[in-house]
Amino acid sequence: MNRRDVIKGLATVPVLGAMAYGTWRKTRQDHIRNHKLAKELNMSSESIEYTPFKHDGDTLRIGIIGFGIRGTQLMKAAGFAPPKQVQGWKDDAAKDSSNARYSDFLEQEDLNIRITGVCDLFDVHAEDGLAAAANIGREGSNGKMGPEAKRYRNYRDMLASDDIDAVIIASPDHWHAQMTIDAAKAGKHVYAEKGFSLTMEENYTIRDAVKSSGIVYQLGHQGRQTESYIKAKEAIEKGLIGKINLIEVCTNRNSPNGAWVYDIHPDANEQTVDWTQFEEPCEVKHPWSPERFFRWRCWWDYGTGLSGDLLTHEFDAINQILGMGIPSSASASGGVYFYKDKSKGHYVNEIREVPDVWNAVLEYPDMDFSILYSASLASNHSRGKTIMGHDGSMEMGNSLTIYADRQSTRYKDKIESGLIDPEIPIYTYIPGRKNVDSVATATEQYFAARGLLYTYRGGRRVDTTHLHIAEWLQSIRESTQPSCNIDQAFQEGIAAAMGIKAQRENRTIFWDKDTEQIVEG
Amino acid sequence: MMKDITYSKWQLWSLVILRVAIGWHFLYEGVVKLMNPNWSSLGYMMDSKGLFEGLFHSIAGNPALLNVMDFVNMWGLILIGAGLIVGLFTRVAAISGIILLAFYYFSHPAIIGVSYAMPTEGSYLWVNKNLIELLTLWVVILFPTWKSIGMDRFLFNKK
Repeated sequence: MNRRDVIKGLATVPVLGAMAYGTWRKTRQDHIRNHKLAKELNMSSESIEYTPFKHDGDTLRIGIIGFGIRGTQLMKAAGFAPPKQVQGWKDDAAKDSSNARYSDFLEQEDLNIRITGVCDLFDVHAEDGLAAAANIGREGSNGKMGPEAKRYRNYRDMLASDDIDAVIIASPDHWHAQMTIDAAKAGKHVYAEKGFSLTMEENYTIRDAVKSSGIVYQLGHQGRQTESYIKAKEAIEKGLIGKINLIEVCTNRNSPNGAWVYDIHPDANEQTVDWTQFEEPCEVKHPWSPERFFRWRCWWDYGTGLSGDLLTHEFDAINQILGMGIPSSASASGGVYFYKDKSKGHYVNEIREVPDVWNAVLEYPDMDFSILYSASLASNHSRGKTIMGHDGSMEMGNSLTIYADRQSTRYKDKIESGLIDPEIPIYTYIPGRKNVDSVATATEQYFAARGLLYTYRGGRRVDTTHLHIAEWLQSIRESTQPSCNIDQAFQEGIAAAMGIKAQRENRTIFWDKDTEQIVEG
Repeated sequence: MMKDITYSKWQLWSLVILRVAIGWHFLYEGVVKLMNPNWSSLGYMMDSKGLFEGLFHSIAGNPALLNVMDFVNMWGLILIGAGLIVGLFTRVAAISGIILLAFYYFSHPAIIGVSYAMPTEGSYLWVNKNLIELLTLWVVILFPTWKSIGMDRFLFNKK
């Protein structure tokens, strides 16, 4: 081998050196930039550690009131599903290995509870509830079942029973108040679905009953368990977006189910449904109506509409970050603009009362901001949650993205020097990402925004409803307050009731925080 | 079979530059992944469309397999890239590169009626940059340069 051979053999090796140099330069520049930015933002770099809720101690005995759509979901989140439903997931997983519903359900933590009572006014739902309660091994069809739960035809009998420690209330909204008050009086802990209440007055009576009884109450806003909200709170406290002036939240759905136009079960009739009991809280009684029974959310007699049902999720998300509480005033408007065509199956006999397009403005003059909520049940064009401030804006979802504002005072120098580009997020939090202080790449952000990232590994792959129930159970065992406790629930309940009142009475509704009363403006 | 082909200096160096440029692209893609602790092919796999989307989705759905694929992809890119640049085991590197590019191409084919979450900087129909790079690597194999310029020279010209 001569010198010429060696030169030709190694001729391209210096290219590696060039790459090493280029990579070093680029990495160093990125590092300095990130470091400067991180110093400016001063956000804590640790990712949010997920401390699992504890389930040790006594096995709690739970009663479920209402085994409809939400009741079924709550029981699943608690670890119980009817064998036929589990079999369905099993079959789906066998057909499509990427369908993780079955394995997710099996992997979901055991909460150390038993379902000892099931109450539903419709026989079919009650039977499904009993089947779920007995399915302690999370088996499919023909699996081994555990002890049977007792079926109660009236929830009051369940509350009087000795083998119930706590109840999950997933009844229609018009029953929430009475059931919660009765449960509190009976000393049974309560996990109740939103809306908190049906009427303004009920907010006070529920709060009084829960507080005087000392039970552990959790309102069903599972969004409390969304980990990016913790980072959102920190970012706001550190002034990353400056003085907040406008918050925009929304709901968008575009299907009959999403608009509460549910299927009417073919087996429902006056023999299989206790209609009289269903109507008990109503001032004016209605004749048997399967439409009203299954699609109760469409009438003010039973439901709270977009205000209590969906605005409250958004309200609670913002309330846990900003702690703004009850607005000083609320105005709202909307109408039944889409679901009013009988020939298209929008209704059977009776057109809905509850709007399918609904908007509300909540004012917080003490905090110098407004919350704007807009909702459509006939369009999927979602606009996310945005908190707008003088120095930046924050988009919230499963991930969190903060942009600096071009006219920001805080970032003026940094924008001029080029350290901050208002088009590129200054901060991104993606749950499950290993080091939160480094800036996420454009690709990562792209995938995260579409929910394609960390769905299967890294971040928690658990249902937030499961965590919310687990937190409630831990609070019962440790006699502590859960995150969405009665005070939080009261604020949500009043805000929702103000929204409903504002729209139905077509006027602005004012709140006096000192007297805790609705007042004339 | 290629022994008899003689290249002009321009031809030889143009082919070497082409080979090194492709190697550079592979190596840098690999290095970037190596340096990013958050990198995973999960999002890319989940974004797959077309004939093989089921295959890629099922890989993404299996954490153990996904880890293996991430490892193979990252180190594959690095070794292929380095091989092409320095001209060591170049033929193996080029063939491996073609296989890897075929995976990318078939996971995200530029076919009519599909769009991807991943933004692209250009417009493509059937032919995209993955396919062009794949075909270019094929040319690199057919017109070998590593026996003259590259470390393979030491392996092949021993005698």
